Amino acid sequence: MASETEAAAVIEDGVRRRDFINIAAVSFAGVGAVAVVLPLVNQMNPSADVLALSTTEIDISAIQPGQAIKSSWRKQPVFVRNLVAKEIAEAKAVPMGDLRDPETIDQRTKPGKENWLITLGVCTHLGCVPLGAAEGENRGDFGGYFCPCHGSHYDTAARIRKGPAPKNLVVPPYEFTSDTVVTIG
Amino acid sequence: MSFPWAKNYEPQLPLMKWLDERLPLPRLVYNAIGAGYPVPRNLNYFWNFGVLAGAALVIQIVTGIVLAMHYAANAGVAFNSVEHIMRDVNAGWFIRYAHMNGASMFFIVVYLHIFRGLFYGSYKAPREMVWLLGVVIFLLMMATAFMGYVLPWGQMSFWGAQVITGFFSAIPLVGEPVRQWLLGGFVPDNATLNRFFSLHYLLPFVIAGVIILHIWALHIPGSSNPTGIEVKDEQDTVPFHPYYTAKDGFGLGIFLVIFAVLTFFTPNLLGHPDNYIPANSLSTPAHIVPEWYFLPFYAILKAFTFNFLWIDAKLWGVIAMFASIAVLFFLPWLDSSPVKSSTYRPLYRIFFWILVVDVLVLGYCGMQPAEQPYVILSQIGAIYYFAHFLVILPIVSRIERPLPMPNSITEAVLAKHADTSSAATA
Repeated sequence: MASETEAAAVIEDGVRRRDFINIAAVSFAGVGAVAVVLPLVNQMNPSADVLALSTTEIDISAIQPGQAIKSSWRKQPVFVRNLVAKEIAEAKAVPMGDLRDPETIDQRTKPGKENWLITLGVCTHLGCVPLGAAEGENRGDFGGYFCPCHGSHYDTAARIRKGPAPKNLVVPPYEFTSDTVVTIG
Repeated sequence: MSFPWAKNYEPQLPLMKWLDERLPLPRLVYNAIGAGYPVPRNLNYFWNFGVLAGAALVIQIVTGIVLAMHYAANAGVAFNSVEHIMRDVNAGWFIRYAHMNGASMFFIVVYLHIFRGLFYGSYKAPREMVWLLGVVIFLLMMATAFMGYVLPWGQMSFWGAQVITGFFSAIPLVGEPVRQWLLGGFVPDNATLNRFFSLHYLLPFVIAGVIILHIWALHIPGSSNPTGIEVKDEQDTVPFHPYYTAKDGFGLGIFLVIFAVLTFFTPNLLGHPDNYIPANSLSTPAHIVPEWYFLPFYAILKAFTFNFLWIDAKLWGVIAMFASIAVLFFLPWLDSSPVKSSTYRPLYRIFFWILVVDVLVLGYCGMQPAEQPYVILSQIGAIYYFAHFLVILPIVSRIERPLPMPNSITEAVLAKHADTSSAATA
């Protein structure tokens, strides 16, 4: 009896009506499973409080030419460096072809403020804080920053010159609120 | 699942008979690690390390569960809660030092276990699945150990988390979002610490599960042995209990003595003093090094300091480091020699020892700063490491002429015995 009704249900091309129910049921379960997995994966992303954009104001009036300070933005270190004319000239003298991540110093500073080099203090290799911001620290072969973790050397425009890092130190979004105050973020 | 002459479990007590008919758990144990599991009669002490690794896992789980009762996975208090364990909790210093050094002991015995497998060809047919599951366990161990190292939230914890999650930022296009997804922020912070604690608690049980599969896969062909000749009949084997429970018990005693010496006399020998400084996201320690058991892989990561083809140095380093472990998955098919044991492989044996030296040299380079001559040394070491598996092994296994082999395990054992007894009488 049962086999007769089943045989009758077979359409000429060999597809049974039950196949539709099977596929529909499994597909529906699959969509449901994905819908449940999404929030489980998404919960790992930065939460709202972490994402809430913060801005940091930095007073740069006390930074003498040749000096740099270390501040922090979104818990990441920020280097603010007052370049001397010689360092700017050195950065300008480098042919673009020699750079791994070609950018001019003008692209990395604000117009008319090219002595202020503001970058994240996060090595683009694996995220260590490079040396060179504080007095007496190793500034590497190119007089900028040197990352002690895996030996990346940055030049006076904080551009990668030697070592494993792929990119220049990141220039965060910032603007000069006045001649002596910079707002980052 | 076993040889036909394996002893059958015959419960004597009425209670055990009753249990056997309803839940044959004692039968399972009897057949797995009791008298019901016949094992080659010629295993040497290098066959202790599987059991020792199991013991190390148990020690880690027991001490870890206890530590979790006192630890607080919050970036604000994590460091102090570890100091609380060290100073205030009764016997807390002992439990934490045991857990710290237990991790090192776990890796020591697992490395010896892996090199035992490499020397005696334990990864070859019909035991490929045992090897593959073993590599999976090794990967899980590394993930677990890394996340555990982050929990005290010291400088090395923090910067280790920063550097290791940084690996993922090397992935083209999606790298940085993936890293932020892993961290739950832009830098390692509270979200990172919490999830690492959760996973650090979970993964050891996953490891225990994979170990069960590892042993299950092993018990189908049965244990390998130092001659590499498969078991032919009953006289080639002895029951696991009491023969190897006793031998493993002796090895376990030695293991515990060394473990106790480390824990009680030099508990920080293998650690790093920077990790007793609370995490500071604005200052990287002058010299970041991972725990000793990651050093060879870290050296391979650091060996890539130049862009090559269209891939940048950072991605090369990360690819090479993961590939150095991934290559182990292909080992059973890279080495095509039918002879398992190095005892009968005069050529392979030489390259085996060169590989051991190479891994030690890489480990040494991993410890050093990223300067010459260590960079060039780790580059040579990394090239040799891959050459061993991808070039040398396939060639050696084709051109090598193995030494004459005995017909059976028993013949090999008796020949050795005859040698020693004649030498003794002479």
